[in-house]
Amino acid sequence: MTPVPAPQLIALDWWALGAVIALSAGAMLLLLLEFVPAKPGSSRAAVLSLLTLAISAAAVFVARDARRSIFDGMFVHDGFTVFFTLLFCAIGAVSVLLSWDYVRRTGIHHAEYYVLLLCATLGMIVMAASNDLITIFVGLELMSLGLYVLVGFRRAHLESNEAALKYFLLGAFASGFLLYGIALLYGATGTTSLTRMAAFLSESPLRGNPMFVAGGLLLLTGFAFKVAAVPFHMWTPDAYDGAPTSVTAFMSAGAKAAGFAALLRVGLTALGGMPAEWGPILSAIAILTMTVGNVTALLQTNLKRMLAYSSIAHAGYILVALVAGGRDGASAALFYLAVYSFMNLGAFGIVTMLGRGREERVLVSDLAGLGFRQPLVGLAMTVFMISLGGIPPTAGFMGKVYVFKVALGAGLVPLVIIGVLNSVVSVFYYLRVTVALYMQEPQGEPTEVSWAAPAVVALLVTLALTLWWGIQAHDLLLEAQRSVMGLL
Amino acid sequence: MIAPALFAVFAAIAVVSALSVILQRNPVTSALFLVVTFCSLAGIYLVLHAEFIGMVQVIVYAGAIMVLFLFVIMYLNLGRDIETGLQIALRRGVGWLMGFALLAAGVALFRHPWAAGPPAPPGPPVGNTQAIGLLLYSRYLFPFEVTSMLLLVAMVGVVVIARGRRAPGPAADLPPGAATGAEPRGDA
Repeated sequence: MTPVPAPQLIALDWWALGAVIALSAGAMLLLLLEFVPAKPGSSRAAVLSLLTLAISAAAVFVARDARRSIFDGMFVHDGFTVFFTLLFCAIGAVSVLLSWDYVRRTGIHHAEYYVLLLCATLGMIVMAASNDLITIFVGLELMSLGLYVLVGFRRAHLESNEAALKYFLLGAFASGFLLYGIALLYGATGTTSLTRMAAFLSESPLRGNPMFVAGGLLLLTGFAFKVAAVPFHMWTPDAYDGAPTSVTAFMSAGAKAAGFAALLRVGLTALGGMPAEWGPILSAIAILTMTVGNVTALLQTNLKRMLAYSSIAHAGYILVALVAGGRDGASAALFYLAVYSFMNLGAFGIVTMLGRGREERVLVSDLAGLGFRQPLVGLAMTVFMISLGGIPPTAGFMGKVYVFKVALGAGLVPLVIIGVLNSVVSVFYYLRVTVALYMQEPQGEPTEVSWAAPAVVALLVTLALTLWWGIQAHDLLLEAQRSVMGLL
Repeated sequence: MIAPALFAVFAAIAVVSALSVILQRNPVTSALFLVVTFCSLAGIYLVLHAEFIGMVQVIVYAGAIMVLFLFVIMYLNLGRDIETGLQIALRRGVGWLMGFALLAAGVALFRHPWAAGPPAPPGPPVGNTQAIGLLLYSRYLFPFEVTSMLLLVAMVGVVVIARGRRAPGPAADLPPGAATGAEPRGDA
């Protein structure tokens, strides 16, 4: 039996948990404040959520150079944690800004919306910041439960209900896979701690041990579901399409980044880089994910579904970086995740602004002629599409450059060729959006745009970052490399 | 020697009853097979000397949670009885018979004078309940607390989904400017 640890574990560096405590406290405060009903139309919940996310980000930012492992590795504060905590807080904040007006005009303006958003963000941070499979799993469930409810938040909408049910059932199934994988890994190595697993494996490598291999593959399946990799992507278009658009923006960026963060931590810390057995499997998943995502996106007329398939395809590019492996692959993946998050938030952000009141315009044809009537929307959408397609001078281009450079360095020539071909295919459907914006006449009633200051701020921030990282990519890459180096 | 045999027996029961859970057509029967699954899992825990987990498994899962399950199933009236009067009379008779047998056994047990058991072994009592408690509040404190957030989210989620199911209508017809107050709340 494990010896009972001495109480000094409790007297630990609580500051390392700053972000986690701030988010939990903020979420609970929001719930308690509901005893004092706000005036109809008050922005109290949104303002408090933004404040919570800002405090949470500040708490890790002031301690960004420190390294701590507390609760015996259950929570680790290292560069990786700092990078992802800041990323998740930023994703959360942009999502709150996008939700601000959207939830009001679609009639889902409840404090619980923001509570669930904060809790899901907390779950993402826990996933990225733990060196123990148990905590990673609990964090994943915290994120997923919040997202299931957020997807079904529009209860009066049948599509929203269907999306939530589908996401929930398949998600529960995937959690089962993940948990079974964790159980098998525990059975094979006798520990759930990633560092002890690494120590165990360095003494007695379990190459070809069926229990270990099966456990690893089940774990991979669980994470592949969360990041929406083919063939575990079936839920993605329906869930993204049925969810309130602000939630789609949040989950397309956050859940994907969190899934990759946990997968990277498990791979790099416990398994000493991605295990050799995973190479061919990861390559196959990457090729399938890129190809199926891009080819299916070509056929979509609904903007949300198109972006859903495009997000699947982007998971494929990140998987290429994972196949390349090592610290270079990991830092390329981190870079790509950060870039992808903001350009995707921006693209979905524009979709949240289309339409007036409860009306939502989500078809590509709804964009017809919008570029001239609303120059800012047209310009921003064009930049996001160019970036998603990987055309310079945008951040999406730099992301692809780093990923493919690392893959070439690892000798993955066929994978890079397939990736580049896929990028070319993807340009076609991204440009179709631009063509609709500038070169088509609206048929029927032209689409109105719901302007709101918070959404405009979110749009400008994502636009600026997408352009800035396209020109000055070096700083972000350096940060990504540094945070991967510091992996405890 | 005996432990592997016991494990095999419990595991076999668990697998067979778990399969029955999904193969039965009647939801009540399914739920009862789930109870059997939980009890055989509890048996496996006992074989592994995890007495506390085993007991919790029986009390919480097989007891409390399954009662809720059955309550919901019967509430929704999924398994409609299509039995004749004779079968019901037969069941009722068997029920009375079993009840009386149980009562008789209880009375007999209480009337019997029992000898005192052997004295407790010397030294501080170290049960695995204590060990679990210590671990839960030291090494596993962080996941434990995150789990409580998880339960909070589950609760909030249930309230969000179940609240005011009957009256989502009025807000839908309001003009966009007036719809900021959103759907009526707290009318459940």
